[in-house]
Amino acid sequence: MKFNDRDIVSINDFSKKEIKEILESAEDVEGEKKDILEGKVLANLFFEPSTRTRLSFETAMKQLGGKVISLSSTQASSISKGESLADTVRVIEGYSDSIVLRHPKEGAAKMASKFTDNPIINAGDGSNEHPTQTLTDLYTIWKEKKEITGLNIGVVGDLKYGRTVHSLLLPLADFDVNIYLISPLQLRIRKESMEQLKGEEKNGFVEEKTSVEEVIEELDVLYVTRIQKERFAESQEYEKVAGSYKIDMDLLKKAKDDIILMHPLPRVDEISPEVDNSSYARYFEQSANGVAIRKALLELILGEE
Amino acid sequence: MSRKELRVRKIKNGTVIDHISPGYALKVIKILEIDEKSNDIVSIAMNVPSSDGEKKDIVKVEDRELESNEVDKIALIAPNATINIIEDYEVKEKYDVELPRKVKDVIKCSNNNCISNTREPVAYQFEIKQKSPVRLKCIYCKNIMEGDLSDYLL
Ligand SMILES: Nc1ncnc2c1ncn2[C@@H]1O[C@H](COP(=O)(O)OP(=O)(O)O)[C@@H](O)[C@H]1O
Ligand SMILES: [Zn+2]
Repeated sequence: MKFNDRDIVSINDFSKKEIKEILESAEDVEGEKKDILEGKVLANLFFEPSTRTRLSFETAMKQLGGKVISLSSTQASSISKGESLADTVRVIEGYSDSIVLRHPKEGAAKMASKFTDNPIINAGDGSNEHPTQTLTDLYTIWKEKKEITGLNIGVVGDLKYGRTVHSLLLPLADFDVNIYLISPLQLRIRKESMEQLKGEEKNGFVEEKTSVEEVIEELDVLYVTRIQKERFAESQEYEKVAGSYKIDMDLLKKAKDDIILMHPLPRVDEISPEVDNSSYARYFEQSANGVAIRKALLELILGEE
Repeated sequence: MSRKELRVRKIKNGTVIDHISPGYALKVIKILEIDEKSNDIVSIAMNVPSSDGEKKDIVKVEDRELESNEVDKIALIAPNATINIIEDYEVKEKYDVELPRKVKDVIKCSNNNCISNTREPVAYQFEIKQKSPVRLKCIYCKNIMEGDLSDYLL
């Protein structure tokens, strides 16, 4: 498979078949060091702070023999005061073969892709999408469970505003998994997202729950996300809600032996540290998997044959 | 055309916008940029009973044909409207407003944080997901817009 110069803007641009092929390519390149991208330059253009995504792209590119140029968020924001993103992208196009873009505005990557022929890789556009994170999550599930179809997956946290969750759920639904959406009432998934998840050709079910206890026994995967303080008018209310969604060993005792626990990181206190050394924790592996996925993507869009 | 339902006088030449969702005539007027500075001769009928027993609004503008982006805007707020082109007192041509699959620069995105609401050199662009009731999706931020869209028309 080859994605010659294709943009990676939205996870929805990829068919289920293509997603599978990306996951397989990631498995192939994982841990390998090659020089297939020798002579190629990747530009990291981050208008918002990022450590994980930025560094994992850098590692991925370097492990394939390519070079990386980077603009930090402070440099980028000083540019953006004087210059439009459309112009910046056309300038950076002259220095590089592909641009990784993080930008606070939704739709920024899509727009940028219209101004350059070089592939744009969306590394987060406001609260919209973050497709390489989504692929990393899918890769982690696939790698750990060998098969995605038919799994029982619980997603807990802020389902209304969280971008990671939203982007992950759609492709998961395409793989016909059963989804448990676990959140406080005020952070339930939006109506239109729910409609998409329940689309006709999807064979799994989707159920909304308010507590993890209710479903923990069923789950093969529990994906935990943060509940942000800003979403609550009163901090007392926040403490109460956040506390009741905390994942600890007591809760996991009731789970299947082979349940895996995922989290996009950074974590605050939604997973108790005692869980880190258990057989369930996969969040650090998940983060490391980001390098394999990004290598696979870079090879697919920038590789020669 | 001499039936009593013709509440306002016949026009010789111009456009009749009929079957406007009740209450939306004034928004159609705004779309056509008819205001205290314009010289168009305009009649408005609101909440008149239509043949199907429902209520509708009608706007008649003399000596004017509509631009295609005006028709798109009308379709966004009154998806069942019909456009009648009048020549020499007769309906010469009549068509239903129909939204194309995509609209460009007729309505702005309601998401304040959308890249199309910045000074970037891009047009507002939407995919039409559903024509009546209207449902649009911003091609940039994927924001879905529905309901009363009149405040967002350009
Ligand atoms: N010469 C005219 N002057 C003003 N209004 C007209 C004229 N001819 C038709 N109309 C109006 O245009 C609209 C369309 O008429 P008609 O063809 O009967 O439409 P419909 O079948 O949609 O009711 C009606 O509201 C009608 O009253
Ligand atoms: Zn938008």
